[in-house]
Amino acid sequence: MAVTPAMTMIFELAAQAGQMLLVLAIAPLVLGVTRKIKARLLRRAGPPTWQPYIDLWKLLHKEAVLAHNASWLYRVAPYLLFATTWVGAALVPTYAINLMFSWSADLIAIVALLATGRFALALAGMDAGTAFGGIGSSREMMIASLAEPAMLLVVFSVALIAGTTQLSSVASIFITGSIGLRVSLGLALLAFVFVAIAENARIPVDNPATHLELTMVHEAMVLEYSGRHLAMIEAAAALKLVLYFSLFACLFVPFGMATADMNVDTVLTGLMTYLAKVLVLATLLPIGETAVAKMRVFRYPIFLGGAFAAGALAVFLLFVSRSF
Amino acid sequence: MQNINFDVAHLLAGSILVLSFVLLYQDRITAVLNVFALQAIALSLSVAWQAFIQDAPHLFVTAAIALAVKGAVIPMALHRIVRRLGIHREIEQVIGAGPTMLTGLGLVALSILLVLPVGGNVSVLAREDLAFALAVILMGLLMMITRRNAVTQIVGFMSLENGLVLAATGAKGMPLVVEISVAFSVLIAFAVFGVFVFRIRERFDTVDVEALDRFRGERRDHT
Repeated sequence: MAVTPAMTMIFELAAQAGQMLLVLAIAPLVLGVTRKIKARLLRRAGPPTWQPYIDLWKLLHKEAVLAHNASWLYRVAPYLLFATTWVGAALVPTYAINLMFSWSADLIAIVALLATGRFALALAGMDAGTAFGGIGSSREMMIASLAEPAMLLVVFSVALIAGTTQLSSVASIFITGSIGLRVSLGLALLAFVFVAIAENARIPVDNPATHLELTMVHEAMVLEYSGRHLAMIEAAAALKLVLYFSLFACLFVPFGMATADMNVDTVLTGLMTYLAKVLVLATLLPIGETAVAKMRVFRYPIFLGGAFAAGALAVFLLFVSRSF
Repeated sequence: MQNINFDVAHLLAGSILVLSFVLLYQDRITAVLNVFALQAIALSLSVAWQAFIQDAPHLFVTAAIALAVKGAVIPMALHRIVRRLGIHREIEQVIGAGPTMLTGLGLVALSILLVLPVGGNVSVLAREDLAFALAVILMGLLMMITRRNAVTQIVGFMSLENGLVLAATGAKGMPLVVEISVAFSVLIAFAVFGVFVFRIRERFDTVDVEALDRFRGERRDHT
C-alpha cells in the first residue's frame, strides 16, 4: 500500500493527538501515585491511586457556588488556567520527538504559557474580595517573580549547549550523548528541581495537602472555588506536575524517545520509557518531600535565590568553556 | 581521550567553585566546616587529575598534602575549636545570604571577564582553571568580609588558599618546593589563627569580631 501525503499527515496528527490525550489521562494518576507513596512513607494507608479521577468526577457533577460580588473573571480564570497548562503539557515532547506541533514547543513559550495561567489564577484569587485569596495571590506572585528568572537561566544554559530553545531539537541533540560531562547541565538540573518544587506548590515551599495553614499559597488562592471550576483548577495542577516531569525527562534524561523513524516498536519503547521515567519522578518527589520540613515564607527568596545562583553559574561556566 | 580529559577537569574545577558558593550560603558553623573539608577533597581530586593528564608526578604530592592537611587535619582541628568554644549555634552575617550570593555571582562574572581576553596560545584547560581559581580566591575574600565570626573567617582564608592551589596546578611547571612551602605556611597561619581565636575569646568573651571594632573605638555604642 502506497503511503500518500494525506495518510502521513493523518498519522502525524494522530501521534500529536495521542500525546495530548496521554498527558491528560495520566495527570490524575501521577498525582495519585505521589499521594499514595507519601501516605505510605508516613505509615498511613492512603487513598487508592485512582482517587484523583474520582475526585474530579465528583467535582464535575457538583453545583458550582459563586460569590455574590464575583465578576466574569472569576468564572473564566479556571478554564484559562486549564487550557494554557494543557497546551503547555501537550507540547513538551513525551514519547517521541519531531511530532507535528513540535516546532511550537519552545521552552520560552512554555514558560510564558504557564505564566499566563498563573496570572489568570492570581487575578481570580483577588476577585472574590476575601483576605485569604488576596494573600494567596500576593504570595504566588512573589514566588513567581523569584522562580521565573531562575527558570529562564535554566532555559539559557540549555539553549547555549544545544543551540536552540526548541524542545524537540534539544532532546534530539541530548539523546546522542555527544555533549559529554557538563557541570552546567548538573547546575541547571539543580536549579530546575528547585523551580519545579516551588512552581508546583510542593513542600518545602507550599503544602499541597492542607487547607488549614496560614502559610499556604496555592490552596489559599483557590479557597473560594467549588464544583466544575475547582475540577478545572485541580486538573490544571495535576497537568502542571506532569508538564514539569515531562520537561525533566525531555531535557535531562531524553533516552528511549522515538526519533525520526516512527514505527510501532520505537513508539512503544518511547511510551514505556516515558511512563517509567514519570513513575520514578513521582516516587522521588514524595521521598524528597517527606525528608524536609516546610520553610517559612521569608526563606523563599533564599531557596529560590539558590536556584537562581545555580542557573547563573551554569550560564557563566558555559561562557568560560565555550568561547575558545 | 582529549575530550574526557577536559570534561573531568572541568567537572572537578567546577565543583570546587560550586562548593565555594555553598560555603557562602551556609549559615551553620559545623556545616561550613564540613563543606570546607569537601572542597579540599574536591581540590585534591582535581590536582590528582591534573597530575595524571599533565604527567607530572610531583603534583600527586600536592594532592596528598591537600587531602591530608586541608581535607582532614584542619577541619578536625576547627571542629575541636568550635566545640571547645561552645559555638555550635547559627552564625550571623553582616549582609544576608541573598545579596552575598549575588555578589559572589558578580565576582565569578568578573573573573571570567578578566581571564577571557588572555591570548590564544594558552590551553583551554589552563585558562578555565585560571578563571575558576580567581573566582574561588575572590569568594574566599568575600567570605572573610561578610562573616563576623572569627572561625568562619579562618575558613574563608583557607578556601582562598584552595583557589591559589587550583591556579598553581593549572599552570604547568610549578616547582614542588614552592607548593610545599605554601602548604606549610598555611599550616603555620592556621596555628597562629588558632591561638588568636582563643586570645580574642579570653579578652572579649566572644569570637564575634565586632567586639574588636568597639575596642578600637571605631564604633560608638549608645548603650
